[in-house]
Amino acid sequence: MSAPDTNSPSAFLHIGKKRRTKEDPRFVTGRGRFAADIAIPGMKHVALVASPYPSARIVSIDARQALASPGVVSVLTGAELARHTDFLPVGVDAPKVKRYPLAVDQVRYAGEWVAAVVADSRALAEDAAELVEVEYDPLPYVIDPEQAVRADAHRVHADHSSNILFHRKFVWGEVDAAFAAAPHHLECRVRWGRSSTVPIETFVVLANWDAGAGLMDVWASIQMPKYPDQLARALRLPGNAVRVHFDVDVGGSYGVKRGIKHTVLVAHLARSLGVPVRLIEDRLENMRGGDMQGPDRIFNVALAYDDHGVVKGMRIRALDDVGAHAGRSPLQLGKPVGAIIGPYRIPCVEYEPCSVMTNKTPQEAVRGFGQSPTNYAIETAMDKMARSLGLDRIEVRRRNLIGPHEFPYLIPSGTHYDSGDYATVLDKALTQADYDDLVRRRDAARAHGRLAGIGISTCLEPSGGNSSFEVLFNPKNETTTWMDSALVRVDLSGSITAVMNTSTSGQGHETLVSTVVAEILERDPANIRVIHADSLNALPSNSPVGSRMAIMLGGAAAGAARRVRANLLSIASHNLGVPVEALTYAEGSAWVTAEPDRRLTWDQLVEIAHRKFHQMPPGLEPGLQEKYVWEVPTGGGLPTADGRIQMYPCHSFEAHVVYIEIDRDTGKPQIQRYVCGHDCGVMITPDIVHGMTYGGIAHGIGAALYEKFAFSEEGQLLAGTFMDYLIPSALEVPSVSITDHCTPSPLTTFGQKGSGEAGYLGGPAAIASAINDALAPLAQSIDELPMTHEALWTRARRDPLEPVQRGHAPSE
Amino acid sequence: MSERSYCVTLTVNGLERTGNCSARTSLVDFLRETLRLTGTHVGCEHGICGACSIMLDGRPVRSCLMFAVQADGHSLTTVEGLSQPDGQMSILQDSFCETHGLQCGYCTPGMLIAAQALLDRNPNPDEHTIRDAIGGNLCRCTGYQQIVDAIQLAASRLAADRPAANQPAANQPARAQSAPAGTTGHDKASHRS
Repeated sequence: MSAPDTNSPSAFLHIGKKRRTKEDPRFVTGRGRFAADIAIPGMKHVALVASPYPSARIVSIDARQALASPGVVSVLTGAELARHTDFLPVGVDAPKVKRYPLAVDQVRYAGEWVAAVVADSRALAEDAAELVEVEYDPLPYVIDPEQAVRADAHRVHADHSSNILFHRKFVWGEVDAAFAAAPHHLECRVRWGRSSTVPIETFVVLANWDAGAGLMDVWASIQMPKYPDQLARALRLPGNAVRVHFDVDVGGSYGVKRGIKHTVLVAHLARSLGVPVRLIEDRLENMRGGDMQGPDRIFNVALAYDDHGVVKGMRIRALDDVGAHAGRSPLQLGKPVGAIIGPYRIPCVEYEPCSVMTNKTPQEAVRGFGQSPTNYAIETAMDKMARSLGLDRIEVRRRNLIGPHEFPYLIPSGTHYDSGDYATVLDKALTQADYDDLVRRRDAARAHGRLAGIGISTCLEPSGGNSSFEVLFNPKNETTTWMDSALVRVDLSGSITAVMNTSTSGQGHETLVSTVVAEILERDPANIRVIHADSLNALPSNSPVGSRMAIMLGGAAAGAARRVRANLLSIASHNLGVPVEALTYAEGSAWVTAEPDRRLTWDQLVEIAHRKFHQMPPGLEPGLQEKYVWEVPTGGGLPTADGRIQMYPCHSFEAHVVYIEIDRDTGKPQIQRYVCGHDCGVMITPDIVHGMTYGGIAHGIGAALYEKFAFSEEGQLLAGTFMDYLIPSALEVPSVSITDHCTPSPLTTFGQKGSGEAGYLGGPAAIASAINDALAPLAQSIDELPMTHEALWTRARRDPLEPVQRGHAPSE
Repeated sequence: MSERSYCVTLTVNGLERTGNCSARTSLVDFLRETLRLTGTHVGCEHGICGACSIMLDGRPVRSCLMFAVQADGHSLTTVEGLSQPDGQMSILQDSFCETHGLQCGYCTPGMLIAAQALLDRNPNPDEHTIRDAIGGNLCRCTGYQQIVDAIQLAASRLAADRPAANQPAANQPARAQSAPAGTTGHDKASHRS
């Protein structure tokens, strides 16, 4: 595509303007169409039998009582399912780490599905599930990831050589020399707790097998790249025997609505039983046995730096506990390679990711795909460096931020950052927060014995979702395109319909596409309909992951609309007898620039295209529709031998400023001020971008302070309901101020960058920074998320009047 | 042993509806599966998330925590009943569209019920009162901000629409025009501290 049309959003007709979304009216009137709203007559329902053990051999399964229970149609075991389906894809080169929807011979985490009961209703299926008798022979297990990496640890998958799925030390630049030369070093260990984005809708799938047509229809609440293809492979069907309906509304996903194992199970049941089958996860199944648990990481970060706090080199070790199976989770250590130095001018880096299996619920993709934990680790180290030198945390960041004139900026791991003006955005956020006033407020609170702190973070949101981590982490995988596409059609009445090729889970893609198409064709976006093709009608797409849709779907829709516009001009040129260059196009009409009365209106142009072949220019197809398939800008490359690769194309920036006070008596933190400076280039629909950013910050608050999939030492999930996995409500999430900045990307159609992960990528780091600033007078710090009330209360009990040295690094 | 079936008759959104269910059928399952009113959603089935909120005799309740047989003879309002029969949105629904007070739309029906219940008893709530009123309804998309904005906007528009007499807040059609400039959306949020 061409370079951005303009650097100023005000130059656009529709882009960047206040606009009601196309999607909201159907949701506020109860007319959404979610997967659980779809019912087919004769449909049967699934309940699951889950393992109570974290590790055990399945000795026998006796389903006789269950089968005799009222309304029961069938009971399926893992051994039976494995005879008819292939194992689920593994993201890295670990072919012996096989995973099936139902455990085969052995269970590897408490909650793993062992059998599925099909009955006339969900309640009857659940009744019968309790009657399935499974005999287990408990086996040793390993729960702690640092135990799991040891050579003598119990192996989660005995056929795999160890519990390690992926381990590599990347060295980009002269790291050892930088550390040897630098006058200061620090090393810290920080831990990101197992949490995720937990949508309010659980996973739902309905499948129907038409034996006559040889076609599997699937309606599911998915946000999953290559889902139809993975499903067809697992079912041993040709790709065109699976039809996934992407017009299902998805009740939130933020990365986690993967559901491939659910779908293989349900589709197999539908095929083998000859009836439509639906599975609705209950909340415990969702959180314990579904795709709901995210990164769980121990970082060791080392910085080498000079007297001024300028970073000379960095080492990051990341041990990620992915639980009992592989899936795509190891790749969540790969994406951060594309922003491994954050927004800072760090000349050399060593990165040592290690993905390890334990007998816990498998990890799945979560908003940011591993970037938010990495940002938290880097930001924590930056704060500690400032404290160790007695320097201001903001000043230290300023000294390291990449400057606005240094773009495109090549980072040591091979990615070019596209554009940015980081210091300006930070300044805007500080101004918006009235930073000096916050300092006074904090100091006054401290003088009264209260615990108060200010948090800062600056970080990047890589966007434009590419698959480069796949080729980096798996040499056998040569996926170098992660395209997306759109089709734009003008019908005989002159109405415009645009077709997108994935499902949507709240990102407002219909609004995005209609706005972009309206921008190019200069028509009213309110009158443009956007539909979701099913997977057999669809053009290639890789689904809304990796903050990519504004860039990739927006770019594809613009590309298709431009082709339609070119066709309209070609028709006008042919009929008005002047070259295209002599024409002006505006609001759907084309006229001879020098003679504005010689014109063809939208309706006339459309009619020629649809009815009057005799007036069509030679070589132009009749009808008026065009498709466009777009490769990720900067994509297509393979890594170098030392693991350098361009990861994502675009890089949004965010700066968070947070003020928190901690109640000494209860340990409850109260966020009293929250400002986010945000630059995602040109915003196509500001209300949508802001909404996602507010939501990302709320996710960040949850990850930093409340949410954790805690496990007992015996491998039992301790937080499988909303009574113990705590999701922040409107009372915990404060009013947030966003201050926008716009540095257009030179790589995208309109200068847009991604924003779907905004807020979440820097929120946890900023909150942790504020908490540790509040605890600093007590010479305390917490380097583990979530910072629970109990952890805060334990530290807040220190005598407030006990003298402590300021500017002292508490725990390095 | 097969389950005994009970006949439940209730008034939903002004219409009398009858259906059969077992004693253990939750009210939300009855609404969704038996009456096919799928606007009310199921989130946690243990009374925390609030996605299944409906009005029972004018008060908000969680329909996952009630049995359908307990609602026999009662009057319910679900999200489908907030708009006019011809689909015209209420002021509250319209305000959610104006501020984009939703994203995926899954928590929205419950959120609207909680907000409507608040506005029915307190036409002029401040921000904390609004946050308190929706504190039992979880949303994962929005961070609540544009929801709070929507409820504030609805309150102000309802106040402007309410001349002298006390009109019931529910089921009022939305006015055609948008909110006055400067009272909604991001600018307002940016200036508030």
